[in-house]
Amino acid sequence: MVRGWRLFVAAIVLGAVGPASAVVAGDESFGIPQVRFINEQVSAGWADAGLEPAAEATDGEWCRRVHLDVIGRIPTGGELQAFLSDSSPAKKADLVARLLGDDYVDEYARNWMDVWTTVLIGRDADNDNVSRPGMRQWLRRAFSKNMPCDRFMEELVTATGSNTNKEGIDNFNGATNFLSGKMAEDGVQATAKTAQIFLGVQVQCTQCHNHPFNKGKQNQFWEMNAFFRQARALRRFEQTMDVQSIEMVDQDFAGEGGDPEAAEIYYELRNGLKKVAYPVFVDGTEISPDGYLPYKTEDGKEKGANRRRELARLIGGSPLFPKAIVNRMWAHFLGYGFTKPIDDLGEHNPPSHPELLDGLAERFREQSFDLKELVRWIVLSKPYALSSRVTAKNAKDDPTLGEKPKFSHFYLRQMRAEDLYESLLTATEADQSRAGEAASKKKDEWLRQFIIAFGTDEGDDATTFNGSIAQVLMMFNGDIVKVATGTGKGGFLDRVAAGGGKNSAKIDALYLAALARKPSAKEVAAANKLMQDRKGDAIGALQDIWWAVLNSNEFIINH
Amino acid sequence: MFTTPHDISRRHFMSHLAGAAALAAPATAFTNSILANAADMKKRHKSAILLWMGGGPSTMDIWDLKPGSATGGPFKQISTSADGVAICEHMPLMAKQMHHMSIVRSMSTREADHMRGRYYMHTGYVPNPNVEHPSYGAVIAHELAEQVPDLEIPPFVSVGSGSVGPGFLGMSWAPFVVDSNGNVRNLDVGIDPVRMSQRLEMLATIEKKFIGEKRGGVAEDHAKVLDKTVRLMTSKQMEAFKVAKEPKEVLEKYGIGERGASGFARGCLMARRLVEAGVPFVEVDLGGWDNHDGIFPTLADRKLPELDRAMSGLVADLADRGLLDDTAIVWMGEFSRTPNINGNGGRDHWARSWSVVVGGGGFKRGVVVGETSSDGKEVVSEPYSSQDLMASVLKSLGISLETTFTAKNGRPMKIANSGKVIKELFA
Repeated sequence: MVRGWRLFVAAIVLGAVGPASAVVAGDESFGIPQVRFINEQVSAGWADAGLEPAAEATDGEWCRRVHLDVIGRIPTGGELQAFLSDSSPAKKADLVARLLGDDYVDEYARNWMDVWTTVLIGRDADNDNVSRPGMRQWLRRAFSKNMPCDRFMEELVTATGSNTNKEGIDNFNGATNFLSGKMAEDGVQATAKTAQIFLGVQVQCTQCHNHPFNKGKQNQFWEMNAFFRQARALRRFEQTMDVQSIEMVDQDFAGEGGDPEAAEIYYELRNGLKKVAYPVFVDGTEISPDGYLPYKTEDGKEKGANRRRELARLIGGSPLFPKAIVNRMWAHFLGYGFTKPIDDLGEHNPPSHPELLDGLAERFREQSFDLKELVRWIVLSKPYALSSRVTAKNAKDDPTLGEKPKFSHFYLRQMRAEDLYESLLTATEADQSRAGEAASKKKDEWLRQFIIAFGTDEGDDATTFNGSIAQVLMMFNGDIVKVATGTGKGGFLDRVAAGGGKNSAKIDALYLAALARKPSAKEVAAANKLMQDRKGDAIGALQDIWWAVLNSNEFIINH
Repeated sequence: MFTTPHDISRRHFMSHLAGAAALAAPATAFTNSILANAADMKKRHKSAILLWMGGGPSTMDIWDLKPGSATGGPFKQISTSADGVAICEHMPLMAKQMHHMSIVRSMSTREADHMRGRYYMHTGYVPNPNVEHPSYGAVIAHELAEQVPDLEIPPFVSVGSGSVGPGFLGMSWAPFVVDSNGNVRNLDVGIDPVRMSQRLEMLATIEKKFIGEKRGGVAEDHAKVLDKTVRLMTSKQMEAFKVAKEPKEVLEKYGIGERGASGFARGCLMARRLVEAGVPFVEVDLGGWDNHDGIFPTLADRKLPELDRAMSGLVADLADRGLLDDTAIVWMGEFSRTPNINGNGGRDHWARSWSVVVGGGGFKRGVVVGETSSDGKEVVSEPYSSQDLMASVLKSLGISLETTFTAKNGRPMKIANSGKVIKELFA
């Protein structure tokens, strides 16, 4: 069985050999210079470290991972077969183009909406000043039209309007949800998160003191914080006095020293002394200390400043901005970023591949911050195509041991809870218009079981969907898996069972749907034993096999 | 509705997943220097309970008051059952239990960010991008699991909180997180147990194949956690989570059943039940200490009564049952709060001088260790760190401080980050 399958794959590969393969061999970068740049840089790292990269992943593995990472779910049986039977040397580039194109625009937007909802507002749904549906609505639209990343940042950082899309609200702007829940205590969280996410700068430790082991000084936090002092999160009430929505506005800031034209703020040193701060960007660029929003004087002079707009302009021009985005995206696809944590690019935390990070960041800027292009470069790169099977020649490249990643093999990682949810729907072909907000709410309810809040003012949270016992119990006995393994009429298993043909073909179908491969000889033997155990109850046996496949490490681990 | 099998069929059930268990590579890369009398251990297992105060409680309003000082706040102190030890007036029930506990008033740390402080106080290490360190629960569970070979439920249970993970010890030492009602989701198998075991056999075949392809530790960890899950699903020891089964008088001890009784009270009682069942480490979370605004009414009206009732119930219950000598208790948060009271009537983050409380186990009891200045801003005796505290807790459980972890890359790491034992905590 195994041999037959391998031959089948070999035949496909051989089919590509010949004139076409010369193209592949000559140019492993699909004619894309940015891909070539990645390949050269990563390969140089292998040579320096004396590593030989792993073999290429099988087509099935690659197809599975690219679906998971780009659109947040495993491929359907049909998508997999289409890829496996495609003999064009450009088939990977073609598949990526499809996943980034119009056919998948809804699923692409849903996946990146999920990813960025967690980045921007966390997983915990309990902050009254945040509307998850509002955030999602905005993100879905942003990713649907592939909004350039600088514009994306600018709209989030400068957002004004109401955070909730409700009847009677005429100035809804979902982007406000990034900051609407972070404005307490003079916007301490707004300052910290904006710096982390869009600059890879960790200023939050310097809120109270100079950083113990990097150059961060306490003034840096408050100078960044000063950019948020015109911003206000106002509660808008309905007649019943329930909070209807939060409205983000910018207002003139009078300053704490009594002079609005030099609107200063004060912060306290650990020895109790007070110091003064004005808006100064992390690179030392100062803006006008004027606390008034822009206006014209009687003699026509432009005065005042919109501090959040100034901040967005400075972030957009900073070399740290594309680096922060590139590092986050690289980590999404390769399992590790160039730095750990990915949102700390400080000098005390040197990246694994500094030239690659800088070079990709430059190219991303040159490409007008087009996220889909960045995705294309990364998923068509050589390191992304490698097998997760480790060899003696690259076993020492193991970031779990504290080594800097060299990307000489694909690092295993668990699917995110969102990926699992979508993948189960896909595997069971329960796949009906699930891009809407109603579907997102249903998914939220299911995700809630894994969320742990830490009970601090910062709203930190974590997930137990991390390979824990709770997760295994959910996969063993939980409702979502009960539904996925249901034998009801017209359901997935019923259709496989009714599909005719030999049992072996049905078992193959289950394996392909979940694992993008056919079963090994041993697995066929184990499956046949279940067929005997169920004594002629064919669909019962398929149910058992399907349960086992969905519960396996191979299913839940992106490999 | 619990349809998993017990007794005879359980044995059958277990035998089928033995395959999956055997998949795991040798479970540890660990040098363990505990040499203890096996017969003795069977009867007397050691455990620890961490009462984790998420958000950073103001210890100068609870355990180290500065009445009359400008920073002291409005609370008065009261004497306790321990000679010469005074604590906050809003802790009257704990005041009667202080002969079982000791206060360390000379903690001095540097991490005043929630995430960093939580990590540091749980592991004894500051966050390091290149290695994830195991937390108290993982270390102690790993070290003490041998004492309880018949334990079928996880050796590290976290009630109501995520704790900090197992780091390089691997997911099989991760906290098992339950809510304070002891509800464990998705326990009901819902199918015939024989059929379940047949499914598990099929599953073991797939697991084994994937692991055999040498793709890294994540795949092996998955199999280990599968094995632990099956053990748990089939275990009668799961009864330990059912707090409601306790008699009324015990529930009352913890304040459960009264108005305003909190999840923390149930968590404390569950901790006692789990310790009785042999679980080496239980962490119970009480959040809500991040009091940047209006700290004094919050403490006096809500947080301290909640803490006082449940914590005193736990200490008394353990003592009454003769469990206290084998159960170390640690009370701490990620840091404390500023002696200066801010403009909103709150206190901000402060790590330089603060208190933790320990008791039970092999600790000396009823004493105060260390001292802070009259305004609470400085430690004026020898300062102690997270790693010193951790070393002391391990010592109180009889865990050797010579134990060395060998991270898989061969780099040796001393247990508790080579912290020094706080001598005053031992007779």
